[in-house]
Amino acid sequence: MFCFVSNTYEMKTFAALIKTLDSTNKTTVKVTALADYLKVANDADKVWTIAILSHRRPPRPVNTTLLRAWASELANIPLWLFEESYHIVGDLAETIALVVPSTASSSKKSLTQFLKEMIALKSKTDTEKKAYLFENWNALDYYGRFVFTKLITGSFRIGVSQKLMTRALAKATGLDEDVLAYKLMGNWDPNTISFQKLILEENKSDYLSKPYPFYLAYAIENDVEDLGDVSQWSAEHKWDGIRSQVILRNNELFVWSRGEELVTDKYPEFEKFVGIIPNGTVIDGEILPYPKNQIGTFNDLQKRIGRKTVSKSLLEKVPVILKAYDLLEWEGVDIRNKPFSERRKLLTALYREIHTAKSNLENQIPLHLSETMHFTTWNDLTRERERSREARSEGLMLKRKDSPYLVGRKKGDWWKWKVDPLTIDAVLTYAMRGHGRRSNLFTDYTFALWQENEEGKKELVTFAKAYSGLTDAEFRKVDAWIKKNTLERFGPVRSVKPHHVFEIAFEGIALSKRHKSGVATRFPRILRWRHDKKIEDANAIQDLKELILAETPKAIETKDSSKNIIE
Amino acid sequence: MEKPLLAFTNKGIYCSAAKVYLDPWKPVDNAIITHGHADHSRWGNNRYITHHRNVPIITHRLGEIEVSGREWGETFTINGVQFSLHPAGHIIGSSQVRVEYKGEVWVFTGDYKTENDGISTPFEPLKCHTFITECTFGLPAFKWVPQDEVFSAINEWWAQNRSEGKTSVLFGYSLGKAQRLLKYLDTDIGKIYTHGAIENMTEVLRPLVDFPETSRITPETKKEALLGNIVLAPPSAHGSSWIRKMVPYETASASGWMTFRGARRRRAIDKGFVLSDHCDWQGLIESITATSAEKIICTHGYSDIFSRYLREQGYDARTEETQYEGELAELNSTKEEITSTN
Repeated sequence: MFCFVSNTYEMKTFAALIKTLDSTNKTTVKVTALADYLKVANDADKVWTIAILSHRRPPRPVNTTLLRAWASELANIPLWLFEESYHIVGDLAETIALVVPSTASSSKKSLTQFLKEMIALKSKTDTEKKAYLFENWNALDYYGRFVFTKLITGSFRIGVSQKLMTRALAKATGLDEDVLAYKLMGNWDPNTISFQKLILEENKSDYLSKPYPFYLAYAIENDVEDLGDVSQWSAEHKWDGIRSQVILRNNELFVWSRGEELVTDKYPEFEKFVGIIPNGTVIDGEILPYPKNQIGTFNDLQKRIGRKTVSKSLLEKVPVILKAYDLLEWEGVDIRNKPFSERRKLLTALYREIHTAKSNLENQIPLHLSETMHFTTWNDLTRERERSREARSEGLMLKRKDSPYLVGRKKGDWWKWKVDPLTIDAVLTYAMRGHGRRSNLFTDYTFALWQENEEGKKELVTFAKAYSGLTDAEFRKVDAWIKKNTLERFGPVRSVKPHHVFEIAFEGIALSKRHKSGVATRFPRILRWRHDKKIEDANAIQDLKELILAETPKAIETKDSSKNIIE
Repeated sequence: MEKPLLAFTNKGIYCSAAKVYLDPWKPVDNAIITHGHADHSRWGNNRYITHHRNVPIITHRLGEIEVSGREWGETFTINGVQFSLHPAGHIIGSSQVRVEYKGEVWVFTGDYKTENDGISTPFEPLKCHTFITECTFGLPAFKWVPQDEVFSAINEWWAQNRSEGKTSVLFGYSLGKAQRLLKYLDTDIGKIYTHGAIENMTEVLRPLVDFPETSRITPETKKEALLGNIVLAPPSAHGSSWIRKMVPYETASASGWMTFRGARRRRAIDKGFVLSDHCDWQGLIESITATSAEKIICTHGYSDIFSRYLREQGYDARTEETQYEGELAELNSTKEEITSTN
């Protein structure tokens, strides 16, 4: 399926790879195409390919406003027409590649050369940038132009996961998949590192900041009792924050989020760990907001996410803690293969030592333990799960006591058992065209609930947006209905006749001043289309607010209690 | 104010001087029909006038109707209004309708494309004062490549699948696209099988066009017989139980919508070929220029965007709502198509 054209060092080869990856839904085809490419590409191109497919790309050299203006200039169309096209196509690089005129000539430059040029481009003048873009847009064919522009605008979302890439790399190099996953984590610069150093060489000092690949759980599908002997299992809350790894090595602290982002600077609270948690320690845990000495909502944490530098007042208002789940490295040794129960014993001991040391008493260390629960039957756990919201958790995590810490999402040893979502019936009021695979279909919806206005009349007030949960066939039906029942158009957005009721599910809920409805919901999505309901049957904002009251924590946790710890 | 020669009513495009509708979407007495697609030729009109090559198509689709066929360029006068049909190049038998009254000329395109596909009579631009144009693909993002290139790619894909021991399933609308694909499939590669809906329509068109041999897929068709061969199927067959017989297979769709990477992925199709029976952006602009019309009325498609662009270019352009769907019917076609013609 994937054939190499003439010179494998040309960008063409990379573009052909991306095209193959993008035009199949089959994992095996993707792995083979990528492995074949990695076998023949030159080393520098290999490193860049790995970097790009793991979302490491050079900083954007040209902002998108300029890109749009220049692309519409080269295409000889007004800017508004470019923007309308972009709304419909749904992807900026794809839009540019489509509207810019095609030429027969082709570029002989390699992927690496293009990327080096893009890095250098960042500091050039606008005139130089424009000339560079025009030259290359003109020199590439449609797909090459798309790939070139993608490299400038953003990462490739072509269904290549880290796992898939690691598999392909293992296939191409003959190295172990888990070892490769480890090598690829953390901070490395594709512009300076060689393939030899990144992939082939064994080099300890490079590993100072490296996290371990996270072990991720699947949602439990069947009856929990199918998991068998309850005494073989450990249970704790599934906390709703940012899954993270905290690393202490060589008197340095590194905090990694699950998205493989180094976030050390965003959470200065954890600097306190240095000197207190011994070197050679890696903890897996959840960063949680902890305002007023109690666990806050994800909405609180939102205020911290995305801020590179944190103001003193924000630090006081929304401090964070680490809820520790697991210990992956201890005394400099990778202990992921030890049973979970043993790792937890070490973690608990570490936690106790820190919190009993006199010198630490006045200096609150933001390390909490994610308590394991005491239970003897599955029924006990079922009841615990139902109380999850009171504890501000999303449900339970079930871990087999003898389980090693695996790599990636694996079934069997760990399961997440989330609480049932909150639901409410809402009316569809606005729709917007989707992006990517849903471009050209109205799939992004806004939903409203009833509220009495000042004159005592009922009106619909927007409360949430959702764009997932329906099947493709349902989306097509709703899309067709929207196109025939549009009231007004605002660019890509249409207001529609209030007519359809959908059941909306969401994970959490909090009062919010930023929202018109006064309520913010977490991860809203469509549960089902309520054909059986009329708009009069939809819920009111008041119903939503009552849900908040119902789930406010009853027993406020002020200190990290350890009475439930069984180890 | 004088009544316009053609008005957009809730039943369709109406010529009040002649008491005739063009492609009405509700039942009327007299209907002039541009072509055989369901959104342009509907049930329930008392009398149909259309090009004679479209007569077998609409009688196949609509059954017993009163229909009279006309030649290209043949003028027929109704209540003093002169009508004539001219090739639109969209599908076999597709016409533009030219309407002339007291020296004023309007042209309604129905659906059309500028490329000569070799089976539909090629589009001929007509001089007129007012041009009613579709703009299904009225965005600069749409640019077709010559069909020879597309068919080479389709035949290459088929040959590749055959070499891997797989059946090729190619989706195209059962009237128009399917026959265009059929015409250019390379029978040196293998045999061509058809879904019943496509076979029925192709049988109707065989007297008009020379097509390669096809075999209808029936419940008796053996799975082994299909292996390595190509199957032409309507888009709605994708994901149905009917297609399971083809395993192992690769799917592809041929449509203007395949321009968008998202459209292919949304339908979970293995491969997309960009091939349309409508004008691309350049085709629309060139056609409009060729008519010398000053007034442009945009019907189905990206009509708001396209008419705004035309206004900026100095045309008196506006949008009218119709119930024509263009190739959207192809993109979102439902099960209806299979069951109604099987």
